[in-house]
Amino acid sequence: MNFQLWSRQIDSIIRLELKKYVFARRWLGVYLLGLAPILLFGVRMSFFNRRQLLETVYATFFQFYLLRFAIFFGCFQIFTQLFRGEILEKTLHYYLLAPVRREVLAAGKFLAGLIAGTAVFGGSTVATYLLAFASTGWGDQGLQHLAQYIVVVMLACLGYGAVFMLTALLFKNPKGPAMLLLGWEWLNFFLPAFLQKFSIVHYLQSICPVSVSRGPLAVITAPTSAWYSVPGLLLLTAMILAVTSFMIRRVEVTYSAD
Amino acid sequence: MSAQQIIFDGVSKFYGEVLGVNRISLSIGPGITSLVGPNGSGKTTLMNLMTGLLWPTKGTVRVLGVEASQAEEFYRLVGYCSQFDAFPKGLSGYDLIHSMLGVHGYSAADAEELTWKAIDRVNMRDAAKRRVAGYSKGMRQRIKLALAICHQPRVLVLDEPLNGLDPMARAEVIALFEQFAADSFYIIISSHILHEVDMISDKVVILSNGYVVAEGDIQGVRSEMEDHPMQIFIRCDQPSVIASRVFQQDHVVEVKIHQDGQGLLVSTRNADQFYLLLNRIVLENQLSVEAIAPADENVHSVYQYLIGSNGGTT
Ligand SMILES: Nc1ncnc2c1ncn2[C@@H]1O[C@H](COP(=O)(O)OP(=O)(O)O)[C@@H](O)[C@H]1O
Ligand SMILES: [Mg+2]
Repeated sequence: MNFQLWSRQIDSIIRLELKKYVFARRWLGVYLLGLAPILLFGVRMSFFNRRQLLETVYATFFQFYLLRFAIFFGCFQIFTQLFRGEILEKTLHYYLLAPVRREVLAAGKFLAGLIAGTAVFGGSTVATYLLAFASTGWGDQGLQHLAQYIVVVMLACLGYGAVFMLTALLFKNPKGPAMLLLGWEWLNFFLPAFLQKFSIVHYLQSICPVSVSRGPLAVITAPTSAWYSVPGLLLLTAMILAVTSFMIRRVEVTYSAD
Repeated sequence: MSAQQIIFDGVSKFYGEVLGVNRISLSIGPGITSLVGPNGSGKTTLMNLMTGLLWPTKGTVRVLGVEASQAEEFYRLVGYCSQFDAFPKGLSGYDLIHSMLGVHGYSAADAEELTWKAIDRVNMRDAAKRRVAGYSKGMRQRIKLALAICHQPRVLVLDEPLNGLDPMARAEVIALFEQFAADSFYIIISSHILHEVDMISDKVVILSNGYVVAEGDIQGVRSEMEDHPMQIFIRCDQPSVIASRVFQQDHVVEVKIHQDGQGLLVSTRNADQFYLLLNRIVLENQLSVEAIAPADENVHSVYQYLIGSNGGTT
């Protein structure tokens, strides 16, 4: 076990990935998803003059726009690129020819995606939150709520990121499976309580500080407590990453056939 | 012993149904070894297997006793300049090499030193900090070479490294290989033109349709292929006229007239001379020739192709 070498390698992989993609056109969409709501909240929300109402408005925006839309598609764009994109661009062999374990390579790439996703959407969350409560003030619990939202963003990037990195390894065109997953995550609240537990968003929303009404048809389940949600999500991610590592060990360079 | 050699043991690679290479058993020692064969004969497949970019369908590959699955050890030993010509977007030649050395685990300072060393070795200092996207084919080839040697591997695998280089650059690159070989590298070069590499090779491996058809030192390979007569089938109206003329030639081993009287089979040790003579006979006798084809498609046709004028460089 050579943790010192691995951490140096992971550090280098993260730097190289960020150097390659931060200014790449591929990530432009990700930035737009993060920036758009900031502009929206820049328009004063003074007509929601009661803080309690505003909290619900923000929670709704967070769950439906940020979680189920922006982070979902942002992570899709970032994490499917990590391996599938390199195969399409015929550049994966550079990494595969370096004396680095493929598990370490997967870890480095995953962390690079996680850093990027968390930076963009965590930043977007902080900015929109501050703008939203600029006129009313955010009350006693405001800071704690914000911290909770940021934890949710990180966990969302973690979960969706792992799923999409694997999806892109399993499917040549990961868009179809991603749309299925999106449908599943959206339909989630009409499902029986038991099935709700098989989705990422179920765990994420139970960590959110303010709950929102999910419409008259929704099946309301008792939210899973954070004590289960967080380790559950981490465990799920770890399992997906283990499968990913296994897949990556088998990856071959046959670009011409792709 | 096996720790001093690159060993293919009964290796086959199929791409689904398509054969890449079949039943390869080879052992390659230090010095320059050339893999020579026409396009599609399996050179790239063999090199990708040798460098762990492909897993064999059957058999094993070991480089100095190490398998590619032991990545941390294997890729310190091996440097590979592949035929793939794509580069990560937005990086300069320097960035690429420096970043990859970081992935190897070198500190930034060590990586910087090694990067400049490799870049100087291929004469790319001036363009090193420019983006690869703006490089010419020759510059890309050289930066790929620099990347392959930057970590000072003992085994250097180069897939058609002379392709796309002008004669000047070619001579420079060949001089570079000889320098590497003098440093007791194991160098494996592929080419589809035999005479391009035979001068510098200690050993030649000839590939055709996924099989090794000859291997050894260049003299051995040449005589092995030349001694084995080549069969040529000619379809024409008066085969006996041709038969009587060519039979007197030293290089013609055997002549057989086809049962239907409309063709003949000639075995010759010197196809070039035979074709010259055949032309003359046909013109002099006003024969009508329908078809001329090598009867056995294997060793000879490959060899003729490799040494012949259709190789593309001369
Ligand atoms: N990725 C691939 N998918 C399917 N067939 C392939 C692939 N790569 C190579 N082949 C086939 O394998 C054979 C050997 O090809 P290759 O190793 O590229 O030969 P060379 O490098 O000598 O031109 C050819 O018949 C080629 O069509
Ligand atoms: Mg090739």
